[in-house]
Amino acid sequence: MSLYYVQKLLYQLNRDPAVRRRFEQDRDALLDEYVLTDEERRAIEEGDIGLLYVMGVNGQILMHYSALLGQSWDEYIAAMREGVKKHGPVREGLYTLLRDRNL
Amino acid sequence: MSLVFAGVCSHAPGITGRAGRADPAVRDAFYAKLDEMRQRLEAAKPDALIVVAAEHFANFFMNNMPAYCMGMAEQYEGPIEDEEWLAIRRTEVPGNKDLSRRLIQAMLGEIDLAYAEEWKFDHGIMVPLHFLTPRYDLPVIPVNVNCQGPPLTPLARAYQFGRVLRKACDAQPERIALIGTGGISHWPATPDSGTINEEWDREFLRRFLANDREAMTSYTDAETFRDAGQGGFEIRTFIAVAGATEGATGELLFYAPIPIFAVGCTVATMNVQ
Repeated sequence: MSLYYVQKLLYQLNRDPAVRRRFEQDRDALLDEYVLTDEERRAIEEGDIGLLYVMGVNGQILMHYSALLGQSWDEYIAAMREGVKKHGPVREGLYTLLRDRNL
Repeated sequence: MSLVFAGVCSHAPGITGRAGRADPAVRDAFYAKLDEMRQRLEAAKPDALIVVAAEHFANFFMNNMPAYCMGMAEQYEGPIEDEEWLAIRRTEVPGNKDLSRRLIQAMLGEIDLAYAEEWKFDHGIMVPLHFLTPRYDLPVIPVNVNCQGPPLTPLARAYQFGRVLRKACDAQPERIALIGTGGISHWPATPDSGTINEEWDREFLRRFLANDREAMTSYTDAETFRDAGQGGFEIRTFIAVAGATEGATGELLFYAPIPIFAVGCTVATMNVQ
């Protein structure tokens, strides 16, 4: 797992139009600069909000990224719920402590 | 001069971005109290507004996360978020670099404060400004307390930060206003978004408005996480305002849970002395 770099990339995409342009035009080269597992790389390429949530991406980073992808609020909340259903509880980070909550 | 105004308010992005989905009666009552706060702020005739916020990875990341940071730029911009999503247009916000520099220099005598000459505002600052300085004509000095990426600064340190900030303000000739924005209990950006612990919020507000330092800084982070969610960590911003107004009590203008805004919406002022 390289959650740190997943979050770093999303953080930079959220705040920097130049990184967003590279993501559109030169995606492979951009992603090569981060230490990512195949699963992480795929989740980012596919904009898989549910899987990114389960991986442990901080919700504030993920919420801004969801907005960037153009998801509506309801789609975003549903994507996280679907992610937990499909991939199991959050694996890493702060939200692992939410496991016992009734989602 | 000194501190001429102090208050706290909520900043959740739903407050503007999902305005149309809230109960109009409750929403409008909340907006009206934010507007009352704006009027009180304007009546204090401030030269600058310090916003103690809990930013959400707009500027700071885990590669170099300051516990406390103050902006020192001539100008800021925001929001970083999609404009339609937040329903706030991207704009430039004036700063006051010279005042920032003097405040930071004064505070460094007692606190290892970081500073930043670049700063993009996210909803955490833009939502309050949208209501409190809607023409974006009052110079803003942003302060960030890391409330997102643990390890976090202890609550007692947040109170002490407020004290030191106050001392620095009192040493400047300008009339300075201060707002804190964060919390209270909420589970933002998780599948639990919309959950609000009203009982916990009201007890925290009781401690805050009484400026009961010991009681408001007695929560452990584990307790806060359990009862108030990870969003509850943002009480540090309120506690800093309490520290800056030590000895004064507050007035609650509004509190009501608005689930689609994902937070117990709060507006309060502290009686600056």
